[in-house]
Amino acid sequence: MKTPAIIASALLAFASQPVLAQDGGLVGSVSDESEWQDLGIAIPAFPAQADVATAAAPKTTGALGVELARIITADLKNNGLFRPVGPDALPRIAFAEATNPQFGRWKPLGSEMLVHGFVRAAPDGQLTVGCYLYDVQLQSELVREGYVVSPSDWRRAAHKCADLIYSRLSGEDPFFDSRIAYIAETGPKGNRRKRLAIMDSDGANHTFITSGSSPALTPRYSPDYSKIAYLSYNDGNPRIYVYDISSRRQVLITQSSNPTFAPRWSPDGKWILYSMASAGNTDIYRVSSAGGGTPVKLTSSPGIDIGGSYSPDGRRIVFESDRSGSQQIYVMDADGSNQKRVSFFGGRAATPEWSPRGDQIAFTHIAGDLRVAVMSPGGGNMRHLTNAWQDEAPTWSPNGRIIQFFRTERNTGKTSLWQVDLTGRHLRKLDTPEDASDPSWGPVRP
Amino acid sequence: MSILRTRMVAPIALIAAGSLALGACKTTPKELPPEPTPTPVATATPTPTGPVPGSQAHFLANVSSDTVYFDTDQYNIDSADMATLQSQAQWLMQFPAKRVTIEGHCDERGTREYNLALGERRANAAKNYLVSLGVDASRISTLSYGKERPAALGSDESSWAQNRRAVTVTIQ
Repeated sequence: MKTPAIIASALLAFASQPVLAQDGGLVGSVSDESEWQDLGIAIPAFPAQADVATAAAPKTTGALGVELARIITADLKNNGLFRPVGPDALPRIAFAEATNPQFGRWKPLGSEMLVHGFVRAAPDGQLTVGCYLYDVQLQSELVREGYVVSPSDWRRAAHKCADLIYSRLSGEDPFFDSRIAYIAETGPKGNRRKRLAIMDSDGANHTFITSGSSPALTPRYSPDYSKIAYLSYNDGNPRIYVYDISSRRQVLITQSSNPTFAPRWSPDGKWILYSMASAGNTDIYRVSSAGGGTPVKLTSSPGIDIGGSYSPDGRRIVFESDRSGSQQIYVMDADGSNQKRVSFFGGRAATPEWSPRGDQIAFTHIAGDLRVAVMSPGGGNMRHLTNAWQDEAPTWSPNGRIIQFFRTERNTGKTSLWQVDLTGRHLRKLDTPEDASDPSWGPVRP
Repeated sequence: MSILRTRMVAPIALIAAGSLALGACKTTPKELPPEPTPTPVATATPTPTGPVPGSQAHFLANVSSDTVYFDTDQYNIDSADMATLQSQAQWLMQFPAKRVTIEGHCDERGTREYNLALGERRANAAKNYLVSLGVDASRISTLSYGKERPAALGSDESSWAQNRRAVTVTIQ
């Protein structure tokens, strides 16, 4: 009967640590008015039906069950959501407990919510992972899901479970089971090697795609994750290529010899917006992502029009233009009609990205320093989310609650990926193997 | 006023700099003045051989500069730029078979994509001026590096001024 006491002290020790303190990037208070962010959630290891070998990285289903609970805990903790307590501070549970929780064990620990799960390996190697969320006070099940994954995709089961918990408790759409494309950077400021890389939303499954022999910039994942549109100096000139991940082949977005920049996919993946310079004047074009077809020119101002981003319904496009003398944000219909400026708050405004929820536009506000900000699609309610020397190029989480961007360090030019939630309170640096810029967050995987 | 003052101070400053170089090495000036050209290959006194006529070294030795500079967010060619480009145009007239690439650059205090477009616009501004002086447009290509290839590596006004540039490079 000594075990509960030990657990209680372990829990206390955990609670005394500020959430996210290990990142070193936290500013302001971690507490929030939202009650659900103070919610204690116990996530013990997911027991295996039988501890057998698996092709998944943890090697046995027993070890896999521990890792799953750790990943779920990290997902919820690293994003400033709830007060999760992971398997390393909790007792193990028996396989049968996953569907028959012993609430009496957890109530004294002060956990309001309890996550259980199980792991089962099929003879063909496929893994079944169960995920259950219980309310300890009500002593009732809130939601359950099961996932069948191949061993190589085992981490996705944890992200799906974290998404289920997050969605059920917050009422928000899921976002953990998603991927990020970005630019990995190394080398001296005057001649940095910049190559295309991809990773899971938590930084796992990291892969470099290009070698760095020619600079790569500004990637954008297609909505189905099959392709990445990005800028490369592959032939010596800056051009947009569409790279097919499975075939590892890439094609130019347009056969024109002019430089092309700033690729953006339509939400349905059928179109790609890009910007092309002709005799120094840059305009926005739309082309079919299937290849072929004539590009349609959407803007024709004598200024630089660049960086269009579709609204989630695909009917409007937000873009930046310096036609008024400095970079400002404009909105137009998807066919290029009804172009009108929406940013009127001083300074310059660049790199607009329409939220997947449609209610906000994230952008880079330039007034001396570069800062990430949001506003309504009409240009109202502008709010800064960051305050550093140089933060730019925001990209939205699939549920429109979190924004990633990259931060450049003064003098050294070193870059890093960061994320901040819409309250601006939860700011953290993402771990990447090299310096990193130009994040592009894809949608939740099906 | 300021021009007069600079002229009076200049010789003294030079002496001070010289004595600094001999004495205390620790007090290096915070911001160095812009260098006329990044490649001092051809600045040596002409020897009987000298750079091969039509070579990049010959170009650098015979133009007032290979680089024109721009104000923040601007791409207009000012009178100093015109003088530089006129010297480049003279060289290009002398070697009608030579082609050049004008590389457009920006300082780091702008967003990446816009700077790519701005670098392209600056390179084109320099190109258009050379064309207005009679250089055939087909001999001049443009290439934007945006803010990706700074020449000066500091994060200060002096460095940024050196990085907002268009550099003419001969194609050899």
